[in-house]
Amino acid sequence: MPAEPLYLDHAATTPLLPQARAALAQGFDAWANPSSPHKPGRAARALLEGARAGVKAALAWEYEAVFTSGASEALALAIGRAQVERAKVERVLVSAVEHEAVLRPAGADAARLPVDANGRVDLAALEALLADGPRTLVCVQQVNSETGVIQPLAEIATLVRAAGGILLADAAQGAGKIALPDADLIALSAHKFGGPIGIGALLIRDFALLEAPGGQERGYRGGTENMPAALAMAAALEAGAGWMVEARRLRDLLDGQLQVAGAEIIASAAPRCPTIGGYRMPGVSSAAQLIRFDSAGIAVSAGSACSSGSLRPSHVLSAMGLDAKAAGEVLRVSIGCETDEAAIARFIAAWRDIAGSARA
Amino acid sequence: MIYLDYQATTPLAPEAREAMMPWLAGPDAPGFANPHSPHRAGRAAAAVVEVARQQVAALLPAGGRVIFTSGATEALNLAIFGSGARRLAVSAIEHAAVLDTARAADPGVALLPVDPQGLVDAQAPLPAGADLVAVMQVNNEIGTIQPVADLARRARAQGALFMCDAVQGAGKIAPPQDADLIAISAHKLYGPKGIGALWVRDGIELKPLIHGGGQEGGLRSGTLSPALCAGFGAAAALCARLGESDAAHVDRLWTRARAALAGWTLNGSETARWHGNLNLRLAGLDVARLLSECRNVAFSAGSACASGSGRPSHVLRAIGLSDRDTKTAIRLGFGRYTREEDLDEGVAAIIAAARSQGVALPWSESPS
Repeated sequence: MPAEPLYLDHAATTPLLPQARAALAQGFDAWANPSSPHKPGRAARALLEGARAGVKAALAWEYEAVFTSGASEALALAIGRAQVERAKVERVLVSAVEHEAVLRPAGADAARLPVDANGRVDLAALEALLADGPRTLVCVQQVNSETGVIQPLAEIATLVRAAGGILLADAAQGAGKIALPDADLIALSAHKFGGPIGIGALLIRDFALLEAPGGQERGYRGGTENMPAALAMAAALEAGAGWMVEARRLRDLLDGQLQVAGAEIIASAAPRCPTIGGYRMPGVSSAAQLIRFDSAGIAVSAGSACSSGSLRPSHVLSAMGLDAKAAGEVLRVSIGCETDEAAIARFIAAWRDIAGSARA
Repeated sequence: MIYLDYQATTPLAPEAREAMMPWLAGPDAPGFANPHSPHRAGRAAAAVVEVARQQVAALLPAGGRVIFTSGATEALNLAIFGSGARRLAVSAIEHAAVLDTARAADPGVALLPVDPQGLVDAQAPLPAGADLVAVMQVNNEIGTIQPVADLARRARAQGALFMCDAVQGAGKIAPPQDADLIAISAHKLYGPKGIGALWVRDGIELKPLIHGGGQEGGLRSGTLSPALCAGFGAAAALCARLGESDAAHVDRLWTRARAALAGWTLNGSETARWHGNLNLRLAGLDVARLLSECRNVAFSAGSACASGSGRPSHVLRAIGLSDRDTKTAIRLGFGRYTREEDLDEGVAAIIAAARSQGVALPWSESPS
């Protein structure tokens, strides 16, 4: 009999919150095109603008917000449009631990900011790179998807502003869980915080920072607006993050017990988002661990969901100085709002089992 | 409210909504996982995405692959920019999602004219050196069906890619033949907003616009929504099943509305047309006033996107109407869920409001 499924991969995606599901249903009922000027169109428009106001209020963001299909599109929009005419960004700097959705549009020639052994951006290196360069777009994530490490964005923002640059923060993993970072452009994805897959947003401090490509969303995004999803995104944010306290307790439990069992905790000295932990099982490849956990009914991940199908070593762990063998023995455990202590205990027991049978 | 604006968006089919629900369930159901996760829950989500891909592919020609996008606008951007085409030729009546994107890719884009019937001449010379030709299947404002198969063959014969915006035709009429790239949108065929697809003929290579996790074979990064895919797939399957009865229903509605509005002039061809689109004009009509007086009928003065702008329709201009005449046109759109009595009531309200403006109406529209 197959084991009861246990889902500990909430950083890949997390279940839709009931509040978000109710908002989706409300949106499906008002299905007109928000750009139509007739009455049902205007009703859909009003709901869309209400959703925008709700997202901004829940995040305490008082500037602009443009809905996109997700964080990848928001990042492509931010990086692509910051480099044209009005904004006149002449150089892009990225941290070495960014998601591919930042690294790829930034281009192979974008300079990489190194990180320390705990995965935090090297501020001295940033300051040196910014010292005498042209106008720069600096891309640093809020929370790393593999390790949970929180970047020092307040300090980074100060350095970038002093140099006259623009700061883009990929907040896909942190938004809706911890306070929004200080940045000029912030990318969000709803399905990481209990909203639906297929919607995200780009928060923009000032429209003058980005050239508008045309279309809906104040000219920043063509295509019929996905109003039901926007409503659900706002509802998910409004549900709040009160469960972070419990998430932190559960992650501390994981850290403590797995360490005793022989795990190496990734970036243990860095501030980390309470929902994500990276754990190395020395001597057992992450591919072998994944198969064992999967057959025990436990869903976890090696690296991010997108790359975990491939067996490339994680660029995040490599940037932190892990060698290929060590990096290839790390799994990510990620916690959601319904994760309880029994789930954590079951994971720890399975981890001990797998580690024990490998040593036997 | 009587909804007669099926070109702007269509109601979500109850079957499509139903198909989405398991994938919008909470933590106790397996349906929420990321389809790109290799674990069991992720594989279940990936399976529904692939079933949906087959259902959508059934509306499209054989010999190509379906790439899911956030909608037709993104699909068209991916086709145009992803193809790397430098010299473009597009019909003069394309949707802004093609026209504006084509201008961004090639400021010197050539416009293929249409005749007064709203049709591109299938034999018109295509500009030499064009590397991408785009002609839509069904026009969104006047419903005319373009001779895309002939144009596609001729474009390909001279070495150009042929792209077809099939948003208004997909699920309603047979897919365009011989195109290389076809864009469709779920919410125009009774599916959800937020998803569409680009069909790419086998052997054609595109460059992605959105980078990241490398989903959709690297062509379109971003987590796919199993719910949106399932809704799109169910809507597509329903169109495949109901296509003939939908078309017959639409023809009946067309005949009724045409008869009731016999004194109005039809914009665009009567025969080479999707009959769910009735675009009419009446000399002297003040459309803004008509729209505000028919508060219980949702219809359009142009396409949804442009109708708020006050600009004259580029489509009506292209079929030879004066600026003044373009401002006397209305578009009625109907489809699967439009009941005959609703259409009659909506048309009667429009006729009454037009009559109250004192514009000349022929005797056939006098009260009986």
